[in-house]
Amino acid sequence: MARETCGILSRTNLHRLLDALSAKGYRLVGPMVHDGAVVWDTIQRVSDLPIGWRDHQEPGRYRLEQTGSQEVFGVVHGPQSLKPFAFTPREPLLQIERSKDGFTTRSTLPQSEKVAIIGARACDLAGLAIQDQIFLQGEYQDPYYATRREGLFIIAVNCTRALQTCFCASMDTGPCAKNGFDLALTEVDDQLLIEAGSESGSDLLSALSLSPASQGLTREAAARGDACAQSQVRQLDRTRLPQALHEAHEHPRWDDVAARCLACANCTMVCPTCFCHKVEETPDLTRQNSEHARLWDSCFTQEHGYIHGKNIRPTIKDRYRMWLTHKLASWIDQFGTSGCVGCGRCITWCPVGIDLTEELSSLLKPSEQPSVLSRQ
Amino acid sequence: MVNPYLIHPATIMEKIREADSIHTYRLRLNDEATRRNFRFTAGQFNMVYLFGVGEVAISIVSDPEEPERLDHTIRSVGRVTSAIAQLQAGETLGIRGPFGQGWPLDAVRGHDVVIVTGGLGCAPVVGAIDYMFRRRRHYGSVKIIHGVKTSRDLLFHERFEAWGKQPDTEVLLASTRPDETWRYHVGVVTDLFEHVTLDPTKSMVLMCGPEIMMRLGVPILMRRGIPATAIYVSLERHMECGIGLCGHCQMGPYFLCKDGPVMRYDLVEPWLGRGGV
Amino acid sequence: MSRLATDDLESQRPKLGVFKFASCDGCQLSILNLEDELLVLGQALDIAYFPEASSKMNPGPYDIALVEGSITTEEDAHRIRFVREQAKVLLTIGSCATAGGIQALRNWADVESFKQVVYPSPDYIQSLKTSTPISEHVHVDFELWGCPIDKGQLLRVITDLLAGVQPRVPVESVCLECKRRGNVCVMVTKGLACLGPVTRAGCGAICPSMGRDCYGCFGPTEGTRIGPGLPPNTASLGRHFHDGLHLIPVEVLRRFRGINGYADAFKQESERWEAKK
Repeated sequence: MARETCGILSRTNLHRLLDALSAKGYRLVGPMVHDGAVVWDTIQRVSDLPIGWRDHQEPGRYRLEQTGSQEVFGVVHGPQSLKPFAFTPREPLLQIERSKDGFTTRSTLPQSEKVAIIGARACDLAGLAIQDQIFLQGEYQDPYYATRREGLFIIAVNCTRALQTCFCASMDTGPCAKNGFDLALTEVDDQLLIEAGSESGSDLLSALSLSPASQGLTREAAARGDACAQSQVRQLDRTRLPQALHEAHEHPRWDDVAARCLACANCTMVCPTCFCHKVEETPDLTRQNSEHARLWDSCFTQEHGYIHGKNIRPTIKDRYRMWLTHKLASWIDQFGTSGCVGCGRCITWCPVGIDLTEELSSLLKPSEQPSVLSRQ
Repeated sequence: MVNPYLIHPATIMEKIREADSIHTYRLRLNDEATRRNFRFTAGQFNMVYLFGVGEVAISIVSDPEEPERLDHTIRSVGRVTSAIAQLQAGETLGIRGPFGQGWPLDAVRGHDVVIVTGGLGCAPVVGAIDYMFRRRRHYGSVKIIHGVKTSRDLLFHERFEAWGKQPDTEVLLASTRPDETWRYHVGVVTDLFEHVTLDPTKSMVLMCGPEIMMRLGVPILMRRGIPATAIYVSLERHMECGIGLCGHCQMGPYFLCKDGPVMRYDLVEPWLGRGGV
Repeated sequence: MSRLATDDLESQRPKLGVFKFASCDGCQLSILNLEDELLVLGQALDIAYFPEASSKMNPGPYDIALVEGSITTEEDAHRIRFVREQAKVLLTIGSCATAGGIQALRNWADVESFKQVVYPSPDYIQSLKTSTPISEHVHVDFELWGCPIDKGQLLRVITDLLAGVQPRVPVESVCLECKRRGNVCVMVTKGLACLGPVTRAGCGAICPSMGRDCYGCFGPTEGTRIGPGLPPNTASLGRHFHDGLHLIPVEVLRRFRGINGYADAFKQESERWEAKK
């Protein structure tokens, strides 16, 4: 059988794709409507997906709307990126037990699990690629991350609708997935254009024996992607990064944003790339056994900047500046790429709606604009 | 894939009191194979673990050529280190390491060496000093400059005395608030940078202590002709993992756990003294 | 802090006392709710004084005193001094002891008029005009927040104290726990006036997990009466409740003036809105 790289599936036949994945032993995970947003959850059937729903996002605000259409992938994204799949919010690392000559250590590596994720967006893939770089491609590889990561089969969905908060086009990460997926879907009315992006994706595509994609449909899909990019109202000017942001270290705008920022860490929790974590040691009451686990941490917490008896980032200004400067500037120095993928989650899920694109543009202006606070 | 988080039990062979709240713990890894394979360079650190409490990054101060003996000088100041302070010889700690970039002692070979330490932060450089004195003929003149606030803050007093008796070695001490027994310079440690005799073309500087001392002191040394590329500083930040993944030890573009803790001055100069970095 | 647990002898087990002041007993019930761990706790500690649980009431001194409730009477203001004298380590448990509790609402009202309305013979009621946290009266070694406290946190703190380790609980915001649980934010999706961003973690984000807004029962994040740090940015959150979520000033005031209304950061914020009422 020839290896297929592209095909068409009618929307009503989407279940065939799910069935094929289930048959290969994958647990299916897709966006599901929960508590007013979509979250990743195990799905059994197509009807578990958010059919007819669309999301509206703006700074500090997220709302779902049921349009009554048959659109399957109308919701762009929820608070979670792909981050929790491989870099879990809490990962037990070791179980340590006291013994007569001290203690013994047992690693608590997770079971590898085959998980197919249906509906990852281009920005999410870019985020995952950055996390891969951190946890798998440095001097030390993280075996916990690696174990979870290797079981993932990723089905991307190319975006044909941009949110108010999206700016992936300016970060060159979307709206269409370029790599890092096994399959990519574009929903064009009642058709799904499917492309393979990996060998296992291609195998699956061949097994589905789809009809080939017409040139017309391929062109239409590309056109919708372009239109989506064009429609993005936010952008992030990267031309002078990282240097210009390093130079803005004493800019008065930091005081302005510090007056609004809650240091609550939501931006870092929803960010697809933020990787800070801390280790928590939990002994039992008898102190015979102790669990050594890592948890998502954030540069907005007190402990993050603690160094024997003092805090190098005592104020909200210090912490916000650390976050933004790392994300948009030092990250480039460290990893050769921006730490921002343009998903806009930090804008939407900031309780008070702080918009990093707006902060950056103010920070890169030499003279300070009248601040939000001074206008009141 | 090697699991870099595995902790290896090590026995405290000896606990040596350095000062009221400072002890040196002489550790020996329990597992023979791990012990035999353990190699480190001066200035590298281990993540030292106490059962049920957690880990803390501590530099190794003993000789890299005797890697089965691992000395860590620990000041009891935080949650983990205060708990470690209650341990005695024979009890068990854990070790992960060695991590980070140590002192460039090979590059220093054949040069005059200026060692600057300040406050209580001199432990990481003690290992380097001992290393050089054990191989005295490989190094030119040695100047050890140390600054403290009060005379009582002068720890390792006997060591400074002993170092001062080494050939071609000068120990210069400064205190800003000395008592009447103080026989050395009165003032800030950076005053000594002006006075110390040195040949800037032959000298390399190893520095460890408060960042403010580096920020104010290095420009004086540079004015005296020592290039920034010949000055190395040991820096400290909070560390949870030691392997460049947890994100806590950043200083500008660097992760001090893997790019440091010893850094060449010209690389970190733009970040030192920046608020909140 | 030295190790409390010396050996297994009955007489040498550290003594625990649990003391109640003005409170609902809910935090003491959290201790009894430990169930499985209670037996182990009973082996590790001599539960010498805990009237809620046992009629055995042994005199002090106590190694650990857990104090529930706030000070609302003259008599209690004396009794807490006695407890302090008898206690090696004094921990407040819960919002009443730590911040004055819900009964601290009286601090903005006229207690005399309440007495007249509620009691047939108000003359019998001996009550102070205010409800104040324990730390306003005596030195407190450690605070456990919550209404009620989290039993896991209590257990963890006791485990640390027994081992001579400085106890530590997170002081970060509830949002970290909420997001780690994979919850959807109730403020962003439903416009609920959630106090999570300025409230300290520890509860496991119970309320947002049930789709409702946090009402701050674990108190402000870092920077409290006895803990150092940065007080939360309640001013920004209050402004957002008003401008963004369209609460009227008295509603904003009431959000902050709840169970922990007398905790410094929340008190200041509610008083800011008092002025705008």
